[in-house]
Amino acid sequence: MRSEPARILMGNQACAEGALAAGCSFYAGYPITPSSEIMETLADRLPREGKVFVQMEDEIGSICAVIGASWAGAKAMTATAGPGLSLMMEGLGYAAFTETPCVIVDVQRAGPATGQATRVGSGDILQVRFGMHGDVCPIALSPGSVQEMYDLTIRAFNLAERYRVPVFLMADEGIGHLRESVFLHKDFTIENRVRDASRPPFGTPEPDGVPPMPVFGDGAELMITGSTHDEKGFRKVDDPEPHRRLVERINRKILDHEADIVEVEERFLDDATVAVVAYGFTGRSALAAVKALRRDGVRAGLVRLKTLWPFPRAALARLDQRVQRVVVPEMNRGQVAMLVRAEMNAEVVSLCQTDGEVIEPEAIAARVREVLP
Amino acid sequence: MTRALEHWLRVKSSTFCPGCGHGILLGAVVRALDELGVDRKNLLFVSGIGCAAWIPSPHIKADTLHTLHGRAVAYATGAKLFNPKLTTLVVSGDGDLTSIGGNHLIHAARRNLGLTVICANNQIYGMTGGQTASTTPVGALTATAPSGNAWRPFDLVKLVLGAGGRFVARWPVSRPRPLIASIKKGIQSGQFAFIEAISPCPTQFGRRNRVDEVTELYRRMDADCVEAAEADKLSPEERAGKIVIGEFGDV
Ligand SMILES: Cc1ncc(C[n+]2csc(CCOP(=O)(O)OP(=O)(O)O)c2C)c(N)n1
Ligand SMILES: [Mg+2]
Repeated sequence: MRSEPARILMGNQACAEGALAAGCSFYAGYPITPSSEIMETLADRLPREGKVFVQMEDEIGSICAVIGASWAGAKAMTATAGPGLSLMMEGLGYAAFTETPCVIVDVQRAGPATGQATRVGSGDILQVRFGMHGDVCPIALSPGSVQEMYDLTIRAFNLAERYRVPVFLMADEGIGHLRESVFLHKDFTIENRVRDASRPPFGTPEPDGVPPMPVFGDGAELMITGSTHDEKGFRKVDDPEPHRRLVERINRKILDHEADIVEVEERFLDDATVAVVAYGFTGRSALAAVKALRRDGVRAGLVRLKTLWPFPRAALARLDQRVQRVVVPEMNRGQVAMLVRAEMNAEVVSLCQTDGEVIEPEAIAARVREVLP
Repeated sequence: MTRALEHWLRVKSSTFCPGCGHGILLGAVVRALDELGVDRKNLLFVSGIGCAAWIPSPHIKADTLHTLHGRAVAYATGAKLFNPKLTTLVVSGDGDLTSIGGNHLIHAARRNLGLTVICANNQIYGMTGGQTASTTPVGALTATAPSGNAWRPFDLVKLVLGAGGRFVARWPVSRPRPLIASIKKGIQSGQFAFIEAISPCPTQFGRRNRVDEVTELYRRMDADCVEAAEADKLSPEERAGKIVIGEFGDV
């Protein structure tokens, strides 16, 4: 099936390989642990492929350069961690409001503030959804293996192009620095924005809510602004209707396509009475925990969230039909558990760990045993 | 603006206040492009937030990228690096480019990427109601310095030269011909070019500092300007309060 030999790579390297495979042609960034291997790999590889790498003066400059390059026609990305992500917030909201495709990799570390730069965490999940002012609806993916650092980076580029939206790859230090085997395969298709200059670039009633995106030099005489704008790009800073229309459309174009965007992995659910909902590195521990529980006769199942935003509501509704108890282990104070609780009638138990260490399977299994119906 | 240049404009009206220097600067930019015969298809304007950031957007009929407050140069860096064929001009305000965006400005000067950055310096935050800028003269009255600004302003020419910029010029909008010439040279240099255009703000600066007549504001500004060669002949006392204008660096 797979013709390429497996390679042993670090998660961050696999992410860089995924970016190259997806056609990434521009990287701007600022060094920060634990993400720097992505930047260092691309600093070497992109120029050799005739593509652009630039180290910017800070993360604000990085995201702004990414947006500028995207409008010049690049498939553009940056990678960072908590403090850098915080600096990028204003630019990320701009990207969402101007419908600029770009990919942001957040290799999460133990926050808040500088926290523990070399230790693991997953404290940025709500930040990428709610950290930008105003209502925007980004896409966020959560890789659970080195293979998924490759696969989901490719998917992130494709979704960014398809929906004209910033896409976050919410990695964590555990996955970013994990070394395991990965197939750098080519079994995927590449999506590209529609560079049609004959239709307005900011939303006539396109059936899917995603307007075409000509780029600089295409002769479209583009007018791009982060102020509220009409479909041609003219600023509309007082009228209620253009504002409402734009805010609704940039949210709806994502929410109306949940079924296309959201991916989850469902394991051992057929006869399950209790389930673990997990993501990122914790998804690995959760799978080990579920297998151990099953060896002991506990009918445990797993839902691993590969997409965090839009939130996988349909998968949780399905799970609600099966189980009475759900355990959500997380390397934060219960960010996703809060959302799961809002979606489910089942009892949702949070397992929080905020010590900069990965959650061990034993801890998850123990919590499941405690809550068994 | 003359009919012959109207083809550069996307809109026929402007939101600038009467007497604002930004409109004169818009005219100067458009004339420079016209005289150079720049290929409009590969022409990109990038601006930040502020009155000055509206000079290109929406006025100029070309690709325009109106960005965030302070970040125009960083956006332009990304676009120009990815597509070096784009003639890329950043037109924005003093507050935008040199206060909140100061870091991007000095790094762009250091990289010497071929961007032409035109700073419309009205020595104030015009759009937000006349607060102190990093360019406000000592003693000037502002909305946030009601008894006079206590802090020294940047000398933007020295700032950009110090950061490694090689092509730097400063002119008041009251002297459009040398201003246009410097914009043209800056674009043609293919290097990082920084052009400071002193552009009066009658509404937020003039009125608050008791210069109610627009013509008087322009007269005073022009009288304060001395060309670099003349400035060298002045004593330190005579030079105080003067604005040294001209072309600097390797122009
Ligand atoms: C991050 C951020 N902070 C503050 C503002 C508010 N703001 C808008 S324009 C402006 C000042 C613009 O001054 P300048 O660049 O000198 O342009 P002018 O209006 O004087 O031409 C400020 C502070 C903003 N838009 N964004
Ligand atoms: Mg100003």
